[in-house]
Amino acid sequence: MSDRRDFLNEIVAAAFGIAGVGSMIVTGQYLSPNALYEPPLKFRAGAPDLYPVDSVTYITDQQVYIVHSPEGFYAVSAVCTHLGCITQWNPGDNMIECPCHGSKFQSDGRKVEGPAPIPLFLWAITLASSGDLLVNKTETVNYGQALKV
Amino acid sequence: MATSFMEHASSWVRATRVWKSVFRRGPARTNRTRSIAIFGNLFLHAVPVKVRETSLRVRATYYLGSISFFLLVLLIVTGTLLMLYYHPAVPQAYQDMKDLRFVVSNGVFLRNIHRIAANFMVIMVFAHLLHVFYRGGYRPPHEFNWVVGVILLLLTLFLSYTGYLLPWDQLAFWAITVGTNILAAMPILGRPMRFLLLGGNLVGENALLRFYVLHCVILPLVTVMFVGVHFWRIQKDGGLTQAEPSARDEHGG
Repeated sequence: MSDRRDFLNEIVAAAFGIAGVGSMIVTGQYLSPNALYEPPLKFRAGAPDLYPVDSVTYITDQQVYIVHSPEGFYAVSAVCTHLGCITQWNPGDNMIECPCHGSKFQSDGRKVEGPAPIPLFLWAITLASSGDLLVNKTETVNYGQALKV
Repeated sequence: MATSFMEHASSWVRATRVWKSVFRRGPARTNRTRSIAIFGNLFLHAVPVKVRETSLRVRATYYLGSISFFLLVLLIVTGTLLMLYYHPAVPQAYQDMKDLRFVVSNGVFLRNIHRIAANFMVIMVFAHLLHVFYRGGYRPPHEFNWVVGVILLLLTLFLSYTGYLLPWDQLAFWAITVGTNILAAMPILGRPMRFLLLGGNLVGENALLRFYVLHCVILPLVTVMFVGVHFWRIQKDGGLTQAEPSARDEHGG
């Protein structure tokens, strides 16, 4: 009865196949973490009143400057677009400066001096219904596009 | 159904260029090609090409050694996956273990496979040792492989012991405290050995890191090496121990 043997072989092979595919799926799910212990990509930066006009405030754990200029609010990425160093706000020169290779940027992110190839990223900033500033680091906005409060 | 779906699939795979580049010879359908397939395979060349039919019977081994080896492979696979979420450092170790149980997808499943397989491996290795002992497998020509087997039992126990500290809970802490104090009771060498094992005088962050490295790197490597010697030696010693001829056979009926 060769047919019966073939049938049983196929059943066993299918069982192993299902178990194999199942364990691959389960392992695949396991590999993607459910909880991250890193700063969230969207965060609340508090009420707009916290930031006086013409101020640049660095938020350390998010590596973002909250800039309140006369045009409105910007959320400027502090990561230099050259090689990824963390820039510093220099109030004396009124510039964001990179300590690694000397790139300079205006407080609205525009490039003043290289070697950085492009300006600093501007993250999307909106006003949440609670009245807090909401920064979304998964989205960039055009230069000069400020949030007016 | 003249030829089954499986046969179709396997002959299609064998015809592909990739398969032919890996396996230079055709299907193993004769004794000669079967031997060549074993000799030409890195993973199989240490196992015998021929075995006696009696040593394939369940009662010859109860597959205790094979089950132990399967559990070792399972533990290496699950352990490697667990390493992806575990930091061997004091503030995180306990939290990571809790995360594996309650946050990570299927984490509790993998962790429990690892734990239970570890317990089973100790049982299976010990049962294997008892079975070999009662069959007289420690006698020549198997005496060297018996010693390798005893070393493998000790390695299994030491792997279990070092893994026990890693959850970094009260059970782990006190088990390692008590266990290393037993070691320290040994005359002369006891204290220095405890100091080296723990990397200090108490069960602290150095001990956790040392046990982690022993558990995940050093002991598995040594174990796999000894398993290789163990398998290779079975063949060199002429296969599995044969059952004693019964008294009736010896006296001619």
